[in-house]
Amino acid sequence: MRRLSWFNATSLTIGFAFLYMPMIILVVYSFNESKLVTVWAGFSTKWYGELFRNEAFLDAAWVTLRVAVFSSTLATILGTAAAYVLVRGGKFFGKTLFSGMIYAPLVMPDVILGLSLLLLFIAVGLDRGMLTIILAHTTFAMCYVAVVVSSRLVSFDRSLEEAALDLGCTPWDAFRSVTLPIIAPAVVSGWLLGFTLSLDDLVIASFTSGPSSTTLPIKIFSAVRLGVSPEINALSSILIGFVTIGVITFSISTKRAVVRRKREENAVM
Amino acid sequence: MRRAALILLPYSWLIALFLVPFLIVIKISLSDIALAIPPYTPNLDLSQGWAGIKDFLSQLDLDNFKFLTTDDLYWKAYLSSLRIALLSTFLTLCVAYPLAYGMARAPDEWRPTLMMLVILPFWSSFLIRVYSWKAILANEGLLNQFLMLIRVIDEPLTILNTPTAVYIGIVYTYLPFMVLPLYSALEKLDGSLLEAAEDLGCTRFQAFWLVTFPLSRNGIIAGCFLVFIPVMGEFVIPALLGGSQTLMIGKVLWEEFFSNRDWPVASAVAVILLAILVIPIVLFQRNEEKQREAEG
Repeated sequence: MRRLSWFNATSLTIGFAFLYMPMIILVVYSFNESKLVTVWAGFSTKWYGELFRNEAFLDAAWVTLRVAVFSSTLATILGTAAAYVLVRGGKFFGKTLFSGMIYAPLVMPDVILGLSLLLLFIAVGLDRGMLTIILAHTTFAMCYVAVVVSSRLVSFDRSLEEAALDLGCTPWDAFRSVTLPIIAPAVVSGWLLGFTLSLDDLVIASFTSGPSSTTLPIKIFSAVRLGVSPEINALSSILIGFVTIGVITFSISTKRAVVRRKREENAVM
Repeated sequence: MRRAALILLPYSWLIALFLVPFLIVIKISLSDIALAIPPYTPNLDLSQGWAGIKDFLSQLDLDNFKFLTTDDLYWKAYLSSLRIALLSTFLTLCVAYPLAYGMARAPDEWRPTLMMLVILPFWSSFLIRVYSWKAILANEGLLNQFLMLIRVIDEPLTILNTPTAVYIGIVYTYLPFMVLPLYSALEKLDGSLLEAAEDLGCTRFQAFWLVTFPLSRNGIIAGCFLVFIPVMGEFVIPALLGGSQTLMIGKVLWEEFFSNRDWPVASAVAVILLAILVIPIVLFQRNEEKQREAEG
């Protein structure tokens, strides 16, 4: 077994301290009695209480959650189709343009995407609201899904699909009974990625939302623009908690699935 | 038949909601501001047929682009964004490389955990991660309290609302985007190559510089694009940490649109930003495709 050299141990420690320190401080100070976020005045959970009495935040959270579920589900369907076409579709007219449109939104600044989508919605006369945010989020989330799923499609053995086709499956049956189970973990992580991207998005939602459909990031942004507020610390801690539990559960369950698959393979051998 | 449907569904979605919107942005950048809803003219009136189209085209002009050159604000904001994006990409690389290297050299059974530790912040809210620095960097904030406690400084440093805070925020939030491609390049590295280099008389540093570094090139390129391109148009970080001192084009575009309600100028700003980013975006896409084909 390799041991860590002192250099690598130091860089790992400093690197992870840098990544985690601000979030740990944020969570610790959400339990601060004082309204001043930088002065510790004793332990209290009162900001969590205030948060749950704040109707505006709860409404925004509900809008955000619905937008995230709809847009990530739509994005998963479209993105998986796009990945399949990109990796297995062979050559077709305009494939370069297609793959360009998949990769560009990954790095395109949000302000450009937001502005252009808003101008589209105005041009076709679509009222701004939840629907427009869902359409906007679906568009960029599907590109992330496509990239995640296509990297899984590239790495798996194509002969499995070909065997299914040789044994008389229709292409659709082969996709459903062979391809889909194999790429399922990537499809699920694509959905989760789309979901969190949607929960998190401020810029695109600001451009495409209407007055009746304020999302949580828009609310948070307008609250923190001027300064630090303990209520936002409490809200942030809850969100960080959810993500931490989600990521840990997901990675444990995929690890279990891998172990189980290996055991089954060994049993067959 | 099914194949055509499978191609057409995502293809037409992206054309309608990604490509067409850009064409509209270009069109509006050539229009004039108006006191109307929507606040610009002309509008394409197809009911008048060819005359309507001709009338529409004749009213488009480059006035907004000329306006951008007359006011210092805009080209200064582009230059400042470019400088901030280049320098912060380099800084992110400097912070990410040792971290990714350490991860790739860690014992095998640690790696999934380390990987998860990098991904976890990546999944947490971007906005919250930027916000978390506000309490740390403020004048009466925790960093100043700490530095004064250990007697490094006597007076609090002004970091929040300066470009320094923006650099810290960018390096912090974009770190996972740099670490992940670097790690996947470094992880594949064959250890025997390094042993061979050392057997042939290289020092450890030479072996790193002549073997490891060139072989991680793909990861470096991918990571730099993933940081540089979005940072060019970054809005949240300069808005929350940069104060009025930091000029970035994403913030200018935002204010032009939401505060001044000048949609044509906001569109012109976006068109030029896009023109600057087209080359890096195409290079990024080529790099990704090359890697995908190399793996497949």
